[in-house]
Amino acid sequence: MQPGKGHLMIQFDAVHKRFPNGTTAVHDLSLEMPEGGVTVLVGSSGCGKTTTLRMINRMVDPTSGTIRVGGRDVLDQDAADLRRSIGYVIQQSGLFPHRTVLDNIATVPLLLGHGRRRARARAAELLETVGLTAESGKRYPHQLSGGQQQRVGVARALAADPPVLLMDEPFGAVDPVVRTQLQDELLRLQKELSKTIVFVTHDIDEAVRLGDQIAIFRTGGHLVQCATPSELLARPADDFVADFLGAERGLKLLSLTPLKGIPQAPAPEGGTWELALDAARRPLHWRTKSTGEPELPVRPLRDTDSLLAALNESIASPTGLVARVDADGALTGVTSRDEIHRHAGQAHAEARVAS
Amino acid sequence: MTIDWSWIGDHTDDLTTLTVSHLQAALSAVFFGLLISLPLAVVAHRIRPLRGVLLGLSNILFTIPSIAVFVLLLPVSGLTRTTTVVGLTIYTLVVLLRNTVEGLDSVPAKTKEAAKAMGTRPLRALLTVELPLALPVIMAGVRIATVMSISLVSVATYIGDGGLGQLFTDGFQRNFPTPVIVGVVLTLLLALIADAALVTVQYVLTPWTRRRA
Repeated sequence: MQPGKGHLMIQFDAVHKRFPNGTTAVHDLSLEMPEGGVTVLVGSSGCGKTTTLRMINRMVDPTSGTIRVGGRDVLDQDAADLRRSIGYVIQQSGLFPHRTVLDNIATVPLLLGHGRRRARARAAELLETVGLTAESGKRYPHQLSGGQQQRVGVARALAADPPVLLMDEPFGAVDPVVRTQLQDELLRLQKELSKTIVFVTHDIDEAVRLGDQIAIFRTGGHLVQCATPSELLARPADDFVADFLGAERGLKLLSLTPLKGIPQAPAPEGGTWELALDAARRPLHWRTKSTGEPELPVRPLRDTDSLLAALNESIASPTGLVARVDADGALTGVTSRDEIHRHAGQAHAEARVAS
Repeated sequence: MTIDWSWIGDHTDDLTTLTVSHLQAALSAVFFGLLISLPLAVVAHRIRPLRGVLLGLSNILFTIPSIAVFVLLLPVSGLTRTTTVVGLTIYTLVVLLRNTVEGLDSVPAKTKEAAKAMGTRPLRALLTVELPLALPVIMAGVRIATVMSISLVSVATYIGDGGLGQLFTDGFQRNFPTPVIVGVVLTLLLALIADAALVTVQYVLTPWTRRRA
């Protein structure tokens, strides 16, 4: 299901949660989360995804069933000790307003009795890891932007180097541009750290972007489907999942397929349009060969960019050609709209058959 | 009404003694008031049904006339400083208890949730997260309680204590205004200085409230 180390880090076995007011938050949930993978829990509000997350560190205890983290039943462990061993990133950061950023990050190491000096040194390290300046450590949370506060929230969760990270709609309160940045950073961090991450969101695009596996919940706490993003997009289990994924799920699937491996041809010499390059052979814009006017923008794509980006660029490009570049941004060739379409169709067919 | 300045010069030692004694009575009352209010406020904050009971009780105590309180205490502690302090403490409770409960209520749920989720045990969360964040509201109560106690100490003159209040009885009995005026001025000064000191204490204790983005 997920490359990782193959171990199961978190296991839900027939878990029910009923609240005292009679509502069932989670219904007969069995779910496995592999070590080193990102499991995203999605669904509309009231579907039990947050309750599911909170049962992992005993912020909520299940009514019945067992939850194991690293093979041990969470109910057999002291709740506070368990929580210190699991990173938790909360909605809207939940930072302590009366502590400096550095001391916020040092929270769990201090609780573990690591001593102030050592805890602060570790916190300073983490500031850098999450892309904040050393100077911001001396500030108070309200002096930072929403995006920066969210980074501090992630740093605080990582401070004691826990194997498991729980993230409850961590990027819900920031604007879309910052959200994309934070998602990118999380993916970069995860590449380095290989934590077992459980991530709650109601944003399916965020789920597709971040998840190694996605668990879709329906109102009443029912798990409907748990699969890799590409399997989910290609083969939704039922209409509910299909609706949730949205009308553009075919395009979302293309967003998961990289351009690498799709053939490219040399840039054309003959036609009306030519690609202007700078000295380092980096594409600047499209222009007409006769007059050099008008100049139309070009967005060159690397092998790691997605088929969706290529499709978009092929529509925008005056020639229907997509400029392909290497890691340094130098032109390697072009790919035609037809070629991209053909591979897009193929990607779909493969996804339906595979996984 | 003229002031006999020479009287002031002749009585500086007495005035100092009375001022110190006045301040001691007021501050002791606030100190013991806090000692009683803090645990009660935590109980009232955590156990909702007890909240109305405790706050209501402190209101009722507040409505007892101060002289009646001293009279009621006489059989227990007599004409002593203890009677003064106990009486004043009873009056501080109404502000201190209410403000401490409201201070604890004002701590954002998200912050408490975060403390718990990080693995902070309840007592530690109370001491290191909830009380510090409640401090501005608690301190507002401490300031009111302090100023109120300083003005109220004089009532204990009735039981032979009362700090600067003794100057009032002295002045009235002899139909000599100077001690009365001096007593009023010193009480006012004491209240102003105590309040300024508390503002400073709060400033020092809550660095996060002063730096703006």
